[in-house]
Amino acid sequence: MTEFPGATGLVLNEPLLWERGRRGRCGFSLPSRDVERRPAPAALTAAGPDFPDLSEVDVVRHYTRLSTWNFSVDAGMYPLGSCTMKYNPKTNERQAAHPGLAGAHPLLPADLCQGALELMAALECLLAEITGLDAVTLQPGAGAHGELTGMLVFHAHHRHQGKPRSKIIVPDTAHGTNPASASLCGYRSVAIASNANGVLSPEAVAAVMDDQTAGIMVTNPNTLGLFEENVKAIADIVHARGGLVYCDGANMNAVLGMVHMGRMGVDVLHLNLHKTFSTPHGGGGPGAGPVCVARHLEPFLPVPRVRLVDNRYVLSEDFPLSIGKLQAFWGNTANLVRAYSYILTMGAEDLKRVSQLAVLNARYIKERLKGIYHLPYDRPCMHECVFSDSLQQAHKVNTLDIAKRLMDYGFHPPTIYFPLVVPGAIMIEPTETESKEDLDLFIESMKAIATEAREAPDRLHQAPTRAKRRRLDETAAARKPCLTG
Amino acid sequence: MKDVSELKFPEELGYVESHEWVRTEDGRARIGITDYAQDQLGDVVYVELPAPGKSLAKGAPFGSVESVKAVSELYLPIGGTVVEINAALENSPELVNSDPYGRGWMIVIEPSQSEDLKGLLSVQAYREKLKG
Repeated sequence: MTEFPGATGLVLNEPLLWERGRRGRCGFSLPSRDVERRPAPAALTAAGPDFPDLSEVDVVRHYTRLSTWNFSVDAGMYPLGSCTMKYNPKTNERQAAHPGLAGAHPLLPADLCQGALELMAALECLLAEITGLDAVTLQPGAGAHGELTGMLVFHAHHRHQGKPRSKIIVPDTAHGTNPASASLCGYRSVAIASNANGVLSPEAVAAVMDDQTAGIMVTNPNTLGLFEENVKAIADIVHARGGLVYCDGANMNAVLGMVHMGRMGVDVLHLNLHKTFSTPHGGGGPGAGPVCVARHLEPFLPVPRVRLVDNRYVLSEDFPLSIGKLQAFWGNTANLVRAYSYILTMGAEDLKRVSQLAVLNARYIKERLKGIYHLPYDRPCMHECVFSDSLQQAHKVNTLDIAKRLMDYGFHPPTIYFPLVVPGAIMIEPTETESKEDLDLFIESMKAIATEAREAPDRLHQAPTRAKRRRLDETAAARKPCLTG
Repeated sequence: MKDVSELKFPEELGYVESHEWVRTEDGRARIGITDYAQDQLGDVVYVELPAPGKSLAKGAPFGSVESVKAVSELYLPIGGTVVEINAALENSPELVNSDPYGRGWMIVIEPSQSEDLKGLLSVQAYREKLKG
């Protein structure tokens, strides 16, 4: 068997910058003064912040050393469930760095940034095509911002009908941000439980859907990695009572080119460009959470919107029913460029293949680890699978110990203790970009850890032992946070 | 986490399925979470409690408890008015773990309907529910 990637190497310690600093050091030089020295006005002077004095090499070594402690998708497999940590092709960075796009000032008049506007218009069309919905806004800054946008659209729709509503149905397998977004918009969320198969039953929705309910927020595939197979029947029930259907599209990586969200009855859907469409995230920069809507909701989308008028792209505010502006300027445009680059380099057939391979990889892990770890819902999964620690508990080993030990084997831990419907959940999302060899290595690591849990449980309790930092005291960090340098 | 047989459930308390306990004191009800609940949650790092004077229905959420794993809602086993809250939990949430039936208590309720107190589970019934 190939060696596990986990190892110890030359890992360098690094103090805080304040401890590195020595009075009088300087990292830059200014040109010689050619004007009279004048004191600054008293109103503009003060003691100044407590910054250390550092040389250039101090700063470069500090951040370079810190960067070697980091783990990223460029370093290894990052099977963080629900986060779609796929490899981000470098060509996307190259396109986003194009001076005409990277250097475009957000206050440029439309005539001077036709290329950027055309790219936004084209990306809107591609996302509409991919989801099967009709109109798109690129403004929201990330997924939860997209959810809030969707809820504001729900509210604007019902208000326009003359009948504002007060509640939103949110299943227990939805993303945790869903009820928060609904509450932020002033809705009361009504929780409903998934059935024994881990999906929603139409009866559960029919029992709570009434004339005061604005609609439902469904995550599909849901947080158990299962496809909500009753979604069409559920949408019919919600629509019959005048409600709308929101789909949290964070798990879109499972169904690209496979489902038509519009025909499934979805009225509003957000996408996470930083998950499905391969723009960096997880400390790598801002996200982007475009929202796609069915035709009848288009008038409510945020302004300004890119429009083609007399063969010129313009930013138009002329949408009287719009919910308004949600973001400074035009969204996180560099990520829009990366996603556009990704979609064009992949093409329709390969995007479909992305989802097929993402699902295949998750099912492969599920089948190979089934029985070694408890699988609470033994059904065909989509892009991720959810195990629990219930077989390891007899040895006093829990999910946290397993996750920490995985670091010693050279893998980023999966998502743990989520979804809440599975106690001690271990949520694994391999994505399509891992090779069979890497998946096998991950599976072998998980198997080795299960053996250790039986035979040497303390090895798990003490993990990680090979990482730069050993087991951190998460409890003390939460109870007595230290937020200063 | 512990096996159910290792957990403590005092005889004199009433229990509910959502893992809160009730101690009747001169017609009032002192409420906290069970040994099972604190064990499942893990280290508690924050407890959110209602303002005294607030009236709540039976089964209504009265606050939340946050551990290193998750945030869970607290559900009122009986309807009534909040007359006292455990202010010590603000700075010492660990009392919920170390002494769930004593210094880790959460709120005292003036019940609106004394019948609610009769509907609580006995230790035996609660243990049965845990075994599922």
